[in-house]
Amino acid sequence: MAYPADYRYTKEHEWISADGTTGTVGITDYAQSSLGDIVFVDLPKLGDTLEAGKIFGSVESVKAVSDLFSPASGTVTAVNDALKDAPEQVNADANTTWMLKLTLTSPAELDALLSAAEYEAFVAEETGH
Amino acid sequence: MGTASSTTSEPAPPLRKTALNATHRAHKAKMIDFGGWDMPVEYSGLIAEHKAVRTGVGLFDVSHMGDIQFRGPGSLAAVQRLCMNDASKLAVGQAQYSAMLTPDGTFVDDVVVHKLSDNDYLIVINAGTREKDIAWVRKQVGAMPSIHISDYSDYYTQLAIQGPKAEATLAKLTDTNLSAIKNYWFTFGKVCGLYNVMIARTGYTGEDGFEIYIPSDEPTSSRVWNEVLNAGAEFGILPCGLGARNTLRLESAMALYGHEISDTINVFEANLGRYAKLDKGTDFVGRAALAAIEAAGGPKRKLVGLEMVERGIGRDGYPVCTVAGERIGEITSGSPAPFLNKNIALAYVPIQYAAIDELVAVEIRGQLVKAKVVATPFYKRPKKST
Repeated sequence: MAYPADYRYTKEHEWISADGTTGTVGITDYAQSSLGDIVFVDLPKLGDTLEAGKIFGSVESVKAVSDLFSPASGTVTAVNDALKDAPEQVNADANTTWMLKLTLTSPAELDALLSAAEYEAFVAEETGH
Repeated sequence: MGTASSTTSEPAPPLRKTALNATHRAHKAKMIDFGGWDMPVEYSGLIAEHKAVRTGVGLFDVSHMGDIQFRGPGSLAAVQRLCMNDASKLAVGQAQYSAMLTPDGTFVDDVVVHKLSDNDYLIVINAGTREKDIAWVRKQVGAMPSIHISDYSDYYTQLAIQGPKAEATLAKLTDTNLSAIKNYWFTFGKVCGLYNVMIARTGYTGEDGFEIYIPSDEPTSSRVWNEVLNAGAEFGILPCGLGARNTLRLESAMALYGHEISDTINVFEANLGRYAKLDKGTDFVGRAALAAIEAAGGPKRKLVGLEMVERGIGRDGYPVCTVAGERIGEITSGSPAPFLNKNIALAYVPIQYAAIDELVAVEIRGQLVKAKVVATPFYKRPKKST
């Protein structure tokens, strides 16, 4: 399967993987493929507060800009600075290229997100396959 | 993430298709709606395709563009009336960049005029303006004597082979001496076994290259497409989509209709005055308006090149401001430049902000991000050593 089974997914094509109260966030393989060559990732700063469902940054390809929606609420504890100089890492491996980590204020929020199977079905429906 | 872009599912019925549509889909190209046409925006990836053209060779299907044929002894007079450049200066086998203007001196379309003979001119027009242009042509010059006007747009599959290895690639498919064709000249020759194919040293990438015009039936079109890809394989040829086509022409500061040129922008604002020959000796639509603009001191705003100096990408439609934040203009085309590794844009600003090195700001989603005015084109291909 293209989408790791232990992640949860949003309908806006972000993924989150949780380890206790630490959440790690990225975008899905479908998202990077739709965007094309990614040239710019705009992420929040350490200590910023994120709210589930709200925009926390953006990812840009040569031809498009896309907002990033937070899968969960919490405080940013780490930001992947490597993406400043090498944003194309997201294209190379979206599933393992993390964008930020956060301390989750309510880990139960993840239960409302899609499972890998549900996300795969959602993508299939969106693309008409 | 907000709105993902294109998919590879079936298009909505009304979209027009070139003869190579099935070929593009077989390549698994990402398809988009470009001016009502179902066209490939990228195949293997925009950046790779862009770089292939700059360093090797790329192949584009540009059959969606239009072709208007003028035939008869009255052809030159009609072209001269319709288009702003001086077609009387053309030799047989020569082409020139030109434009059709409104009576206000603004753009109906930009075109390339080809002189096939004293009685025979081919005008290549944009895809999105085909019907508008034909109607305009018939209205403006249709009643002029000794001329027959034909819309040949659907007759040709037009392929652009572009890059430093374009000549070497095409040379494998024709006996025509390509090195004898100078820039913006054309000839007719046998290509891939087809007789009388127009081979023009023209293009929209800023690289050396050719455009060939072949019959538009599907079997011929896909056969030639594949033969070009095979011939260019040793040079790393890639099929290239409209995404790379746009970034290539932007790096070369070439105008795109609906962006840098339109019916609300005049020739001098667009920096294309050198192609408007007000003194060519015959009147053309828009000439009087251009003369009046010149007499009144020239344009009040100008198209400039911008380079982002702070981190951010200025895109089409983003406002251009003074550094203090006062809006003064707008970006017409803006994007990352894949070969130059900068973020560049073309924009209209009042002439007092048009000097090289002038510092301005681009409003990017509510933030002011600094940019500077730079000379255009942003990229110029290296001169050949021989």
